[in-house]
Amino acid sequence: MDDFLAARSQMALSLGFHIIYSCIGMVMPVFMAISHFKWIKTQDPVYKNITVAWSKGVAIFFATGAVSGTMLSFELGLLWPGFMKHAGPIFGMPFSLEGVAFFIEAIALGLFLYGWNRLNNWVHWTAGIIVGVSGVASGILVVAANSWMNSPSGFDFVNGQYINIDPVKAMFNKAWFSESLHMIIAAFSATGFAVAGIHALMIYRKQNVLFHTKAFKIAILFGAAAAILQPFSGDLSAKNAAKRQPAKLAAMEAYFHTQEYAPLVIGGIPDTAAKKVNYGIEIPGLLSFLVHDNFKTPVNGLDKIPVKNQPPVAVTHYAFQIMVGIGVLMMLIGIIYFYELWKKKDLLSKSWFLKTFIWATPLGFIALEAGWTVTEVGRQPWIIQDVMRTSEAVTPMPGIQYSFYLFSFIYFTLSVAVIFLLKRQIQMVPELYDRKTA
Amino acid sequence: MMLYIVILFLFAAITLYFLLGGADFGAGIIELFTSTDNKHRTRKIMYQAIGPIWEANHMWLIITVVVLFVGFPVIYSEMCIYLHIPLLIMLLGVIARGTAFSFRNYDAVKDEKTQAFYTHIFVYSSFVTPLFLGIIAGSALSGQIDPKATDFAHAYIFSWFNWFSVSVGFFTVALCGFLAAIYIVGETEDVDEIKRYIRKAKIMNIAAVICGALVFLASHFERVHLANWIFGNPVSLVAVIAATISLVVLYLIISHRKNRQWIRVLAAFQVCMILISVGFSRFPRFVIFKDGSSMSLLTEHANSNSIDDLGIGLLVGSLFILPALGYLYYAFKKKDR
Repeated sequence: MDDFLAARSQMALSLGFHIIYSCIGMVMPVFMAISHFKWIKTQDPVYKNITVAWSKGVAIFFATGAVSGTMLSFELGLLWPGFMKHAGPIFGMPFSLEGVAFFIEAIALGLFLYGWNRLNNWVHWTAGIIVGVSGVASGILVVAANSWMNSPSGFDFVNGQYINIDPVKAMFNKAWFSESLHMIIAAFSATGFAVAGIHALMIYRKQNVLFHTKAFKIAILFGAAAAILQPFSGDLSAKNAAKRQPAKLAAMEAYFHTQEYAPLVIGGIPDTAAKKVNYGIEIPGLLSFLVHDNFKTPVNGLDKIPVKNQPPVAVTHYAFQIMVGIGVLMMLIGIIYFYELWKKKDLLSKSWFLKTFIWATPLGFIALEAGWTVTEVGRQPWIIQDVMRTSEAVTPMPGIQYSFYLFSFIYFTLSVAVIFLLKRQIQMVPELYDRKTA
Repeated sequence: MMLYIVILFLFAAITLYFLLGGADFGAGIIELFTSTDNKHRTRKIMYQAIGPIWEANHMWLIITVVVLFVGFPVIYSEMCIYLHIPLLIMLLGVIARGTAFSFRNYDAVKDEKTQAFYTHIFVYSSFVTPLFLGIIAGSALSGQIDPKATDFAHAYIFSWFNWFSVSVGFFTVALCGFLAAIYIVGETEDVDEIKRYIRKAKIMNIAAVICGALVFLASHFERVHLANWIFGNPVSLVAVIAATISLVVLYLIISHRKNRQWIRVLAAFQVCMILISVGFSRFPRFVIFKDGSSMSLLTEHANSNSIDDLGIGLLVGSLFILPALGYLYYAFKKKDR
């Protein structure tokens, strides 16, 4: 494995790992705050038990997210010193604010986790809310930094020099809103479905049904609502990509030739050499419509992009298809849930319904990883779109593959450990969190 | 002007990380050197002390890194290149330690075997992480970083693997253990426990003095003019003298077991003085290269817009962070009374 590929793989692995933990660490506090609120209002002990049980999970995920995030703030420099040397001062604004938000989140989490019986109920609840709010703020800020790489602004690049730097303008680059929105909704829908799925499994096994039903309802409310909203935010993101990263959009769609009535390709195997897609379903005009809101206007294809500036088409296309496919599926499940809820049917006693959610547990996170693959692979060969190539940014130190192997081992071990811990948490629900209703 | 505020935040974050995060590492180091029959008790007291605040203590590292890469990107990227290996090992320590600590506390099933496994990882990573933090700090001053090196060993290994850097590493470990022991003395009411921790604090302090001597010895071998830097500069000299006096006062208070809150302040003061004396003696140089050239905080900084925004961000941020942090410490001190 050459050093450049190893560095890219290590970065992808670290981000892919961190994203899962940070999403859960950011969304779960919101769920926790809801059930905590219900407990304070109704004094129903089940809600308190849910809050406590969830908070243990949050502590595990938060710690893992925090250390992998610390790791990433160094990896930016360890792997991409050429990038950080120039980009640090430009897109550093959201990072320094994120540092502040993260700090506040850690303080509030300490207060929340150790505050039972020590703090006034509402002070305690507010600490939980602050964890959620600062978590979401951190998420928005970090994604704003990433969106700057996709849509660089706040500086002029003249003769290889970065001048007239304006960090505020860089933070509010043209992609920050659509990208952050897409990410935050994705976090809510992925975490909502994952949490709901686990509780559905326990209901299906008829263990602590009341406890798990209440927990399920809180989680799925957010998961389903987010899944229904996500396609709209996705549309916004795609239009943004069409405008500022035509190469990425063309790779996502495996769209080789610029034409009128541009078709949308569903599925298929892209053949980059022959510049066509085999076995895909083409819907004429739909891509034009999605990008330009009219069926005729041509959309720029890969033929407008010099080959040396094109991203890998196949990976981007497959990842995009996986993300969209799962997204649509999750939206449908969400719609069914709300429809049946409106009809007031007793769904949680039906096994097909529970099975659907059990099966959907990992879906959101698979879509989320696929989405990040689209964003990052779709931007290649650039690390800063149209300004700096990823290969110019990589560290001169040889032997990066060994560090990549080491990290693969560590992240694999940590993933196994977290799954093991989560299993034990769920196993212990009857003893630790829900003795009365068991 | 804003540049100086940013530099002040940088040094403040490093110092606070050393004092708070360092005491956290020290808790693990003490557990590592505690006999098996006392381990359980030690763990309980320390867990009560650091449980609620450890996440927050480690945020100072994040602040340090962010200030470096936003405000001093060239220094950050050069350090990342030539100190890649120790940074990597330090980070692996951070990961192992943070996860082992929270897994140990939040594992729903508390069986002996897995708990012992988490503890094993926790105590060893508590030792390795500050060791390498010290090595990184030592390397920045050792003058062994050589951008002109042509082979792997000279560019990426001897930059940090030298007597001076390694002895600074061990010195850091000893100081962390010392801070933790002193901190815990103030946490418990049990007279026997207090005695035990005072003894531990003394052992760690002796270890620190020995490691400190090693640092000076190594600086002589490696031609780092540490003695000249410190004794040739009035501020550094005063700081070193103040540290020495505070050590004597500390011993007097400990021996009479009087006010236990004061010994914390004195221990923190001592560590601050050590950092000030070294930091000031080389200021504004942050990293020194083999050929004698160096990277200065006053010249290798980002453009003035970025520095201004960073400074404002830090000032406004601290308006939120400091009261919240104060409340966190207050809320968990209050309960004992």
